Amino acid sequence: MTTFAYYPGCSLKGTGRAYEESLLPVLAALGIKLEELADWNCCGATAYMAVDEVKACVMASRNLALAEQLGHRELVTPCSACYLVLNKTKQYLGESRAVAQVVQRALGLVGLSYQGNVPVRHPLDLLVNVVGLPAIKERVRDPLTGLKVVPYYGCQLVRPYATFDDQDRPTSMDRLLGVLGATVVPYPLKTRCCGGSLTGTLPEPGLHCAYILLKEAVKRGAEVIATVCPLCQFNLDAYHHKIAAKWGPVRVPTVYFTQLMGLAFGLPARQLGLHRGLVPFAFEAGARRPEREVVPPDRPPPATPACRAGGPLAS
Amino acid sequence: MKRNGEPEIRVGFYVCHCGHNIANTVDCAAVARYAATLPGVALARDYKYMCSDPGQELLRQDIQEHRLNRIIVASCSPLLHEHTFREATRKGGLNPFFFHMVNIREHAAWVHTDRREATAKAQALVHAAVRRVAHHQALQTKRAPIHPAVLVVGGGIAGIHAALTLADAGKQVFLVEREPSLGGHMARFDKTFPTLDCAACILTPKMSRVGSHPHITLWTYAEVAKVEGYVGNYEVTVRHKPRYVDASRCVGCQDCIKACIYKEPKFPDTFNAGLSKRKPVYLPFPQATPQVVVIDPETCIQVKTGKCKQTCLEACVDRRAIDFTQRETLERVTVGAIIVATGFKTFDASRAPAYGYGVYPNVYTALEVERLVNASGPTGGAIVLRDGRQPERVGIIHCVGSRDEKTNRWCSRVCCMYALKLAHLIKERTGAEVFNFYIDLRTPGKGYDEFYGQLLEEGVQFIRGRVGEVTDWAFMPEEEGHLVIRVEDTLAGYVRRIPVDMVVLAVGLEPQADAQAVRRLFNMSCGGEGFFLERHPKLAPVNTFTEGVFLAGCCQGPKDIPDTVAQAGAAAAEALVLLDRGYLEQEPNTAFVLEDCSGCKSCLPLCPYRAITIAPETERAVINEALCKGCGTCVASCPSGSIGQNLFTDQELFSEIEGLLAPAAAT
Amino acid sequence: MIEIKRTIKYETDRVKGFGREVMSVPGCEQLEQCIQCGTCSGVCPLSIYMDHSPRQVMALTRSDFKREVLSSVTIWLCASCYACAAECPRHIRITDIMYELKQRAIQEGVYPRRFPIPVLAREFTRMAQHWGRITESLLVLRLLWRTNWLEAFGMWRLGLGLWRTGRFSLRHESIRQRADLTRMMASVDDVVIGALPPPAANHRRGAR
Ligand SMILES: Cc1cc2nc3c(=O)[nH]c(=O)nc-3n(C[C@H](O)[C@H](O)[C@H](O)COP(=O)(O)OP(=O)(O)OC[C@H]3O[C@@H](n4cnc5c(N)ncnc54)[C@H](O)[C@@H]3O)c2cc1C
Ligand code: SF4
Ligand code: SF4
Ligand code: SF4
Ligand code: SF4
Repeated sequence: MTTFAYYPGCSLKGTGRAYEESLLPVLAALGIKLEELADWNCCGATAYMAVDEVKACVMASRNLALAEQLGHRELVTPCSACYLVLNKTKQYLGESRAVAQVVQRALGLVGLSYQGNVPVRHPLDLLVNVVGLPAIKERVRDPLTGLKVVPYYGCQLVRPYATFDDQDRPTSMDRLLGVLGATVVPYPLKTRCCGGSLTGTLPEPGLHCAYILLKEAVKRGAEVIATVCPLCQFNLDAYHHKIAAKWGPVRVPTVYFTQLMGLAFGLPARQLGLHRGLVPFAFEAGARRPEREVVPPDRPPPATPACRAGGPLAS
Repeated sequence: MKRNGEPEIRVGFYVCHCGHNIANTVDCAAVARYAATLPGVALARDYKYMCSDPGQELLRQDIQEHRLNRIIVASCSPLLHEHTFREATRKGGLNPFFFHMVNIREHAAWVHTDRREATAKAQALVHAAVRRVAHHQALQTKRAPIHPAVLVVGGGIAGIHAALTLADAGKQVFLVEREPSLGGHMARFDKTFPTLDCAACILTPKMSRVGSHPHITLWTYAEVAKVEGYVGNYEVTVRHKPRYVDASRCVGCQDCIKACIYKEPKFPDTFNAGLSKRKPVYLPFPQATPQVVVIDPETCIQVKTGKCKQTCLEACVDRRAIDFTQRETLERVTVGAIIVATGFKTFDASRAPAYGYGVYPNVYTALEVERLVNASGPTGGAIVLRDGRQPERVGIIHCVGSRDEKTNRWCSRVCCMYALKLAHLIKERTGAEVFNFYIDLRTPGKGYDEFYGQLLEEGVQFIRGRVGEVTDWAFMPEEEGHLVIRVEDTLAGYVRRIPVDMVVLAVGLEPQADAQAVRRLFNMSCGGEGFFLERHPKLAPVNTFTEGVFLAGCCQGPKDIPDTVAQAGAAAAEALVLLDRGYLEQEPNTAFVLEDCSGCKSCLPLCPYRAITIAPETERAVINEALCKGCGTCVASCPSGSIGQNLFTDQELFSEIEGLLAPAAAT
Repeated sequence: MIEIKRTIKYETDRVKGFGREVMSVPGCEQLEQCIQCGTCSGVCPLSIYMDHSPRQVMALTRSDFKREVLSSVTIWLCASCYACAAECPRHIRITDIMYELKQRAIQEGVYPRRFPIPVLAREFTRMAQHWGRITESLLVLRLLWRTNWLEAFGMWRLGLGLWRTGRFSLRHESIRQRADLTRMMASVDDVVIGALPPPAANHRRGAR
């Protein structure tokens, strides 16, 4: 068993608890243990940046310091916002000596220090690049054959600090879902913002962002949207009644990619928190239509134009 | 100072103000006063511009009036004026190698701010020179012949024009092109901006003239493998790739193509940017020069497996031009000068993922569209989408892979204009509504801005804004089934979504993929972007830092055809200057072997110019003066210190060092 | 009647030095390099609602139009999705500049009364600083209370749904070492990031 330090973030203890509920058993099934930082605090999220960047840095760096203290080589955090904030803080501290000094002083007051050693990684990165798709494939018991999934990465995971995938056209999750046996729907909006940070405050623009994503997913025949972030999940799951009232119904469930993995691994739905979705999602493994043609993810094959013409994406 | 049997040393010393360049930081009068106190100095002056005619005249007269026999000028870099002052010395009646130059501008004035310290440094340098010149000897320059032939690398319009210019002047030219035909990028265009003359009409005659010119040896499907030697005498090894067709027998009848075992063309035609197919045996394009077919080793069954019926060979049984036994061959030629004209490659549009190239079939690069609009292209000049429909709305995106920190930082200079050209052609041939999305429109050329004006009249739409994304998801009903361009119309002040049928990416110009290897081959430098570096951006734009190697065309940086041709002409002229002079004046700084050489041979393999041999009679090393370039490697390496070098004798160097370290002057 | 306004700007309308000040904040320096290409607006999903496009915000900031920028709804509409920063051909971290502008607007109090975003930001930071963690349900309740409590009734359906699925909690999440956190935060109370020396020059390029 490999162990990683684990920073869940506030959402995973609140509205996003299904994420943690599915993440831990799925990783365990692949031989990975997550050790939660003792007494971690809120990362500061994006709202804090708007108030005071130095304070945001101090807040986030306490977690980084705790992670270093724990002694595991890498820190895993599933929430895209936390992932962004922690990485951004690392970059800030690296870039600006002045900010780093202020932060060190603050940490020093409570007997902590920060060396900048612990990389912050997202479970998706971990699964695709550390565990590897072959190992995941091996673990699949009930392939998601025929399930049409939209892989939705959201904005803050791949931009601007992630280096493990392309900022415009990431493919990690596409490939992962493919290995689970699902049919991956080509979806050009996979990194478009869901508006999550606005729905609470400026509902119209926030919901409109979500509406666009949901509408396109429905139009492309998706049965479910897979997400990597608790904020996206909430925003795409929780406001269907409001969106329907404004622009018409666009009903499609949104689940965590780890929940789909759990299903494919044959873990019980209840244990994966699948009952927590407001738009219910159910998948009966094995009882699906016969295998059908899998639409490849929308990363182009190295562009030899001849094979592009009339390729599966020509539609 | 007087040496045994030799006349007394009488140094004439001059320090130049170089206007304010030196005088601002170095106290020239103090340097002259200091020099006057040094032993052997008969005369010391400071002067405003030594390189001026009166300055040179002063030097000449002083030599005669004051019986000077050594001259020192403390001024700028020897690169600039060593030659000038040597000439003045010669005119005064002295051997020019009794002159020595001290660089107190680049080495003192321009690199220091403290006047006192800069002056002290200048004085130390002067002291070193005064000590050194005493040991100078009268030397003679030698002349090396220049081989009257030129190698041109790259057969685009730059290489073609340079080769023809040289050949028409009667020089022997070897033109090496790595593709099976001449022509480069220009051969792919239909029309050229801004006059819209037909590219084939102006290029094909030049290509065939190259093919038939008595003074040009054209080697296509070949590459330069190795370059040895030096200016005037480059030994070049050329690698001929096997084309499996004997070029001297093939008449271009193309019977073999018809007979090929593949009944239908099956493989992407690279000349058409993959928009059509070809067979393993093919003629690159109708006007190809030479008119010789080529067999693609990647796809030909016979080449790959040796198990083909070889129907092509049967078809060519009379001429027996097809030859599967061909192997790579090497050939050596000697040339006096080299012109590098290897051109550019276009930006790989899939590196700008937001524009969907390689994902959406109706997103094209400009090069693909050049082929589409070309009368001899894959569609015979019909502008149609991959599904055969004619586009009704076309968006042309500028600056793709240019002016972008994420990809290439530079402006590619020609894409604005070719984007206008394509806009015009598309509008003319299809009547489509055409949008150009630009950041800045760059049309600075003769007739270029007028061309822009013409397009405005034609109703082409210009939207100032760099496109954010090209997608296929529709929001509005009118967008269904179209590609959507999302852009801020920065002048109108709105973000807009514009549905189109076809997107054309005006891809930028980049250095060739193998630019670094080619740079090393010819011992050139590259700028930060990777284009080959000219010796001086203004005053030596076609020269490189290697003598006798010149640049032409886009390998030096993005430029259009008029500029390319002008530069190719300039490069040819520079090469002609070299060739027509016929010889090269060589510094007499050659090495020579002293009596006590033991014949250990350790210097032999070290000489980069293979100038050292062992004389059988004496069993000592001898250095061929004509070959020695004065690099000094053998001098430093000889274990018994038996090699000396003119202008750098031990005596000269040691006394120079002593002078430099002599106690500083009291200023 | 058509309302006619003078829209010209005089030099006195500028707050000279404002642009420089913003550009001296770590992460915002590259703004100097903006070529006004509009890529940021072109990719910004929220630009459809903005009064000034992100590009215009960059231009206004650089030209010292402080009042115009800080009262623009754009800075509040920015959802921090980083699409602009990822695509900007000059590596300008537009999102970070938006943060900087939000901070300044909050400091100067130039936003509409009962405008929810600054209130949320404030409530968020208070809760984060005090408890060390955020309890989302409580945060939303506080926000509604401070801005538009009528809206709270419109949310009953969502609340119920969350309650039913076990995602709604009224118990405060908290860390144990709250005192430590308070001390740390207090120690930087008076640090102004713009007043810190800028980062080393070689770090200025490259948003990633
Ligand atoms: C889409 C597009 C449209 C354009 N339209 C116009 C226009 O309308 N008007 C205009 O004035 N300009 C136009 N241009 C610019 C024009 O293409 C260039 O100015 C011109 O082609 C430069 O010629 P060149 O000989 O320097 O380079 P190239 O045309 O690139 O030729 C270089 C040649 O060198 C060969 N080569 C490369 N490396 C080696 C090697 N190592 N050994 C041997 N051979 C080698 C290549 O195979 C090639 O044949 C356009 C450019 C593009 C991309
Ligand atoms: S190889 Fe022979 S058949 Fe083919 S084109 Fe040449 S001459 Fe004709
Ligand atoms: S020439 Fe025009 S299109 Fe090309 S890089 Fe320059 S500005 Fe952009
Ligand atoms: S994308 Fe960058 S350079 Fe272009 S307008 Fe926006 S901030 Fe300026
Ligand atoms: S970060 Fe803000 S300004 Fe930039 S694209 Fe996203 S919402 Fe728009």
